[in-house]
Amino acid sequence: MSKQKPKVAFYWCSSCGGCEESIVDLAEDILKVTDAVDIVFWPVALDFKRKDVEAMEDNSIDVSFINGAVRLSEQQEMVELLRKKSKMVVAHGSCAHMGGIPGLGNFWNKETIFHRAYHTTPSTDNPDGTVPLEKTKVDGKELSLPRFFDTVRSLDQVIDVDYYLPGCAPPRDIIMNAVQAILKGELPPKGSVLSPNKSLCDDCDRNDSKPEKLAISEIKRPWEVELDPEKCFLAQGVLCMGPATRTGCGERCIEANMPCRGCFGPTDQVYDQGAKFLSSIASILDTDDEKEIEKIVNTIVDPAGTFYRFSLPASTLRRKKMEAIK
Amino acid sequence: MNENKKIKLFINNKPIEVEEGTTILQAAQKMDIEIPTLCYHSLLEPYAACRVCVVERKMGEKVDLATSCNTEVKEGMEVFTDSEKAVNARKMNIELLMARAPAAEPVQEIAQKMGIEKTPFEIKDPTEKCILCGLCVRCCEEVVQANAIGFVDRGLEREVSPPFGEPSEDCIGCTACAFFCPTEAITYEDLHERKIIHEEMDLGPSKAIRVPLRQAVPMVPFVDEESCIHFKTGGCQLCEKVCEKEAVNHEAEEKEIELDVGTVILASGFKTFDSKRIPPYNYGRLDNIISGLEFERMVNASGPTGGEIRMTNGEKPQSVGLVHCVGSRDENYNQYCSRVCCMYSLKFAHLIAENTDADIYDFYIDMRCFGKGYEEFYHRLLEEGTKFIRGRVSEITDIPLSEKEEGKLIIRVEDTLMDTVRRVPVDMVVLATGLEPNEDQTELARMFNITTSQDGFFLERHPKLAPVSTASDGVFLAGACQGPKDIPDTVGQAGAAASEALALADKGTFELEPITAEIDEEVCAGCQLCIGLCPYTAISYDKEKGVSVVEEALCKGCGTCVSACPSGASQQKHFRDQQIMAEIEGIFIE
Repeated sequence: MSKQKPKVAFYWCSSCGGCEESIVDLAEDILKVTDAVDIVFWPVALDFKRKDVEAMEDNSIDVSFINGAVRLSEQQEMVELLRKKSKMVVAHGSCAHMGGIPGLGNFWNKETIFHRAYHTTPSTDNPDGTVPLEKTKVDGKELSLPRFFDTVRSLDQVIDVDYYLPGCAPPRDIIMNAVQAILKGELPPKGSVLSPNKSLCDDCDRNDSKPEKLAISEIKRPWEVELDPEKCFLAQGVLCMGPATRTGCGERCIEANMPCRGCFGPTDQVYDQGAKFLSSIASILDTDDEKEIEKIVNTIVDPAGTFYRFSLPASTLRRKKMEAIK
Repeated sequence: MNENKKIKLFINNKPIEVEEGTTILQAAQKMDIEIPTLCYHSLLEPYAACRVCVVERKMGEKVDLATSCNTEVKEGMEVFTDSEKAVNARKMNIELLMARAPAAEPVQEIAQKMGIEKTPFEIKDPTEKCILCGLCVRCCEEVVQANAIGFVDRGLEREVSPPFGEPSEDCIGCTACAFFCPTEAITYEDLHERKIIHEEMDLGPSKAIRVPLRQAVPMVPFVDEESCIHFKTGGCQLCEKVCEKEAVNHEAEEKEIELDVGTVILASGFKTFDSKRIPPYNYGRLDNIISGLEFERMVNASGPTGGEIRMTNGEKPQSVGLVHCVGSRDENYNQYCSRVCCMYSLKFAHLIAENTDADIYDFYIDMRCFGKGYEEFYHRLLEEGTKFIRGRVSEITDIPLSEKEEGKLIIRVEDTLMDTVRRVPVDMVVLATGLEPNEDQTELARMFNITTSQDGFFLERHPKLAPVSTASDGVFLAGACQGPKDIPDTVGQAGAAASEALALADKGTFELEPITAEIDEEVCAGCQLCIGLCPYTAISYDKEKGVSVVEEALCKGCGTCVSACPSGASQQKHFRDQQIMAEIEGIFIE
């Protein structure tokens, strides 16, 4: 028998499934992957149970790709289990990397989210006011559900993470490069994000269209302007997170004439992507007048959701203070 | 005409050689032979109106009389200035002029010299001064080029007048006609109201060519285009004609001169607080309320009153109030102390005591006599009898509440030592106006990449360790542009600034601060956000590498680019994010 193939696990936590899709999107390349590795755990595609993983020896999985943020107690248990069984853990996609879109739930808590989801959304039809409970008695038997945390966490806030695959979802070349690097054992230092450490402007075709002194006097949302497909979004008054976002995505959004939303996270030098971008934007407002500044800044609709769309749990803010939530 | 052609002639039998085109009068003047004149002026075309300069001339066989001012010399001409025939004719002319203008002094003088006591002719108007010499008309036509006056009528009715005897619209009010008039027959009226004592800033036109002030550096005159006749009518230029050094040039224009320098000393000074901003003080509305600077000008010996302290009616004040802290130490205007007003107010009190017998009231918050010898001066004033009242003046009004306040300025003040509100009637009030930054201070600061402090004055690099330096290397500060200060302090600071500038210029190099920004070209994506933001223009874009680059010699380490850099490529040495985060973490370790 030939040399044993590396064992690989895939798992999803709080995510949309897009990252799973990104694996499937490898298309025929997936065959190269399955040729090279043994997939030992992939709940979304193959029928595995938790007890199968529990039965594995510690460190027997060569690499676990885990996507999604950690929102539920079950997810925490599973990632802790996989960490124990794996030699290497890769945070796959923005949610595992920084908390992602589910991380915006950190502006709320369990109570307010449940209240919204089970009582007040226009589509809620819940005349009995039923709310998920961790333990429920039905016909004398106790049923249990995982615990819903108040705070969403990125993967590395729960377990030790070796590498990060950024993106929502990570594009296939980034994934293939990572897989090949792992197979060849040519890996950068632990903790690296597996994408170039430069901001998106470096690869952006529109960078040269930037005026000598970029100054914004009005901030517009993409639907408010007919966007020039050649011109820098910031020069058009549209917030583009590109300058504060790591490159490597292949400018998918830019090519679709949409500004960058920041899913790749910041470069290694930056602690807080949202704060950094806010600081940049504040620097290029086209006025020194305090009132005028206030007026311009007030044109940013949903600043928290704009600047921290993918990175709130991993930011220095992490979440809204519990006592501030009503 | 060949200008160099020489002509030989004889005057009073003496030979002389002059250039062609010279008049007999000019030739005679060269020989120091005196010929009396009235209507002649070297700057105007000769007119031969008065005919006092008449001489006898002989050309070949022909002998006759000629007016010397407008008769050109001819080869071989013989001139006799004092021949019997000439003198008789001159006498007759003078007698006629005496009858026409008996009040004209120059005519009298010439008559006296010639021994004429009385005119045999009938005197029409004993007050008449005009001798119809036409100097005024010629000057208005030739020099001013306004043509506002001319001769009207003929014979006995002939006179100088503006058209139709009405004030002429063409008159530019230059008064040159009066200047040229030899007999003071022309007077001029100022149709505009002007106060000559307290609003001396509006004293009306000065001489159009003048030295700006006695202490001017360089001490040379300039042409004031606002007042100069040449810039109104295109004429005149007399100053240019009379200046032997040919130093006056009306074509010269203001020029911007660019100089490459290694160091700059900013000494742009201050402006005084405009007391009109405090309406209750009624400055500018009521007479005899003047600012410190206006008082200073008035007591100056070269000022409009020759150093006399006068009210607008020209009388000496019987009582004067000095009001401190006008626009200073006041939350509504400027919070800071202007530092010079206490002492100049004390000086004023002393000068008023010296100049007048007035009662002097000095309204102060507290006396700030911090300089050398200042406290002693204050004590001297206490002995001189100035009445010091501690309290901020709330109002200066002319509305009397009692008979003794009638016609006075009443100063309302809370006397904090007597714990009462007082009304002090005085004749004159001097406001100790504070010092403020110039209007273009911020613009200048931006130009030199330096900052201003909260009060608007230029900010020094360090209040104790670098008091004359600024955030820009090679730019130094001197004087009140950095903050209110008196003359000794200014001179001291200016000396320090000069030596700092010289030391730097002499060395030719300077040391860089270690705290500068640097851009990691591995990380920089070339988004160029930082370039337009750098207040020191220290960042440029390297097109080849596609990255922004910091010029360390220009960087002042302000950190603007660091906070703006969205990719974290720009980092401040010694203040890197990691270092700051480590510090913050350190704080939270228990």
